[in-house]
Amino acid sequence: MSIKSEPLIRISKRDGMGRLKSWLIRLAAVLISLIINAIIIYMIAGLNPLLVYKEMFEGVFGTNRRMWAWIRDMMLLLCIAVGLAPAFKMRFWNIGAEGQILVGGIGAAAIMIYLGSAGLPNWLLLIIMAVVSLVAGAVWGMIPAVFKAQWNTNETLFTLMMNYIAIQLTSFFIPIWEHPAGSNTVGTINSVSKAGWFPSMFGQMYGLNVLIVLLLTVLMYVYLKYSKHGYEIGVVGESENTARYAAINVKTVVVRSMTLSGAICGLAGFLAVAGADHTISTDTSGGRGFIAIIVAWLAKFNTLVMILIAALIVFLDKGAIAIASKFQLSNDVSNILTGVILFFILGSEFFINYKLKFGFVNKEEKAR
Amino acid sequence: MKKFLAIVLCLLMVLAIACTTKPAETPSTEKAIKVGIILVGDENEGYTYAHIEGIKEALKNCGIDEATQTVWKYVIPETSVCYDTAVDLAEQGCNIIFSNSYGHQSYMVQAAAEYPNVVFVPCTGDTANVCGLENVVNMFPQTYQSRYVSGVVAGLKLKELMDEGKVTDPYVGYVGAYPYAEVVSGYTAFFLGIKSIVPDAHMDVQYTSSWFDLNKENETAKALMARGCVIIGQHADSTGAPSAVQAALQNGEIHYSVGYNVDMLSVAPDAALTSAQNNWGVLYTNVLKDFMAGKKVAHDYTAGYEADGVMISELGKSCAPGTKEKVDEVIAAIKAGTLHPFDAATFTVGGAAVPSVVYNFSTWNSDYTAYQYIGEEIECIKDGYFHESEFRSAPYFELRIDGITELNN
Repeated sequence: MSIKSEPLIRISKRDGMGRLKSWLIRLAAVLISLIINAIIIYMIAGLNPLLVYKEMFEGVFGTNRRMWAWIRDMMLLLCIAVGLAPAFKMRFWNIGAEGQILVGGIGAAAIMIYLGSAGLPNWLLLIIMAVVSLVAGAVWGMIPAVFKAQWNTNETLFTLMMNYIAIQLTSFFIPIWEHPAGSNTVGTINSVSKAGWFPSMFGQMYGLNVLIVLLLTVLMYVYLKYSKHGYEIGVVGESENTARYAAINVKTVVVRSMTLSGAICGLAGFLAVAGADHTISTDTSGGRGFIAIIVAWLAKFNTLVMILIAALIVFLDKGAIAIASKFQLSNDVSNILTGVILFFILGSEFFINYKLKFGFVNKEEKAR
Repeated sequence: MKKFLAIVLCLLMVLAIACTTKPAETPSTEKAIKVGIILVGDENEGYTYAHIEGIKEALKNCGIDEATQTVWKYVIPETSVCYDTAVDLAEQGCNIIFSNSYGHQSYMVQAAAEYPNVVFVPCTGDTANVCGLENVVNMFPQTYQSRYVSGVVAGLKLKELMDEGKVTDPYVGYVGAYPYAEVVSGYTAFFLGIKSIVPDAHMDVQYTSSWFDLNKENETAKALMARGCVIIGQHADSTGAPSAVQAALQNGEIHYSVGYNVDMLSVAPDAALTSAQNNWGVLYTNVLKDFMAGKKVAHDYTAGYEADGVMISELGKSCAPGTKEKVDEVIAAIKAGTLHPFDAATFTVGGAAVPSVVYNFSTWNSDYTAYQYIGEEIECIKDGYFHESEFRSAPYFELRIDGITELNN
């Protein structure tokens, strides 16, 4: 493609930036967003921004409980991001994590309710719940993958629409499982017997959440980086033609990887129901399926880096809520603050991947 | 990879510092009261607004300083977020924590089990008496009384319209939230209030499956008016229904509205007759006073007309003449105990009188196969009337009486 007239600003793709430099840019983006937020806070509430940031930190790490709530939410987000990794690395846009979490959650809740008073030992009940959630999520992920592989349907729309089916399915089950009758909420399941609740581990209520998710994170890292499957996913993601040329069965890879992706997101539903909420509602996924996409992208599908990103995002989210509450600001303010920070973090990716040239430039190669 | 490791290590160090330097909770103020408040909405939502007003009044009555002795949490959903919030309030040193929505209850009880020295008050809840925890308190005003009185106001209007020949069918519609005892008790009292004036009135109830949904309540009110309902009552928290009724009235149709929680005259100046209201301040004050006096707080707090716990809002200009006098008379009779809204002589079920209702106060477990908490079985009809809110503050009148049809349950 030849360029006839030179625009004032020319955007070109970078070949690649050193890891340190790219992290510095990201760090700078976070700092700038904090400064912008400080201005917003000062303008809206007339508060000292430094005090506000101190409260933000306190609000997330101030007590043992708060820190564990942060860890719990971080682990849930991380689990979903890890689940999305194989799909996104394959350039399969799985926008359907929300739905996969919900069907996983429905499965876990169903077992919890119907087998909760059957007298099974809790570990067995938890294993059954986990398996059901995995299967439910896997099926939910597999359906769009099969359609993609067989008929080349658009997976973005397909997975997105599967979310709405899952939300409706959840709404369908809520009146069946409502407790107490007439309340239209499921309430805390087995609140007295605590059947199907995660036991505390290492003296911590959410110890098991951490164990499961960190294990998954490491396994997924190894799977994507060192296994044959992981390699195939990478090739299919780069170019389907190359993959075919290399005698990779693209259809199999797509279906297999998406099934895995859905299964892990389903497991996240299990974590949410058994390990955190002890109930099911349409809020069980709570938009995490979408936020996890940001986590997965920012981490470049490296599941270990996801730990860091998930920690940061949950910190920002909880911190923003904490300051809104502490300084009697409306919850919308915390949404604005989180929004500004996310905007800058995502925006920084642009400057990492592209460079801007002002005025006339000599001809340069255009990436692809 | 090394750089990444360095970043992770840095983060861990920051965390370690954060953990070790956390300030110790100040035990010096342990005797001073600190109130935690968990609200399902904010001041923009009628039900929560009524609570906020009530709490502020109670704080003033009890001499509690709002700035330093209260922590407010707004827009807390009925999910485990409520548990997190309750626990966090307890850790911040709150020694009494209120929540205002029914769905908060199970999370409050969960937190109460972990913090036996903190009193948890899930308002409108129903398990304090049976859950076996000393530090759980329920409170619920006797709204059925104010609903009955608002029904009388509606009945007088209906009678006026019929006497003038403008209306032939005394048809009433009711926008309900959920098919749950609190709602059933409320609409039955409202209906019995109407029936005390217009004996052949009949009523349809349509549920919205939400406590607060402006559009749905608006649509439901329109649907009920399309069926021919003249009076639209509501047990839902928004102004959706009254504004629909006001619009219809302005179109020349004959419909009037009875609201809930807040005065609806601002959105329906012509159509609103009155609203049944709760005076939450009385209950908050009673609980806080007992708590501050070091008394063992009871499990249930309730208040009706005699204790100023309920009321109706200012009468609208469309009310029938003589309404004020009749309302005063009815309220006086309720206060004196000579009039009981759930008088067993005034209603039938399946065409037959109801001489006895034995209510089991146990609550079910999640799969409804066994009881979660065991409560007593109590005969609720004594001395010719149903004793609502006496054995538990939360309503338990859930008979479906003749004359009322639930359209979508």
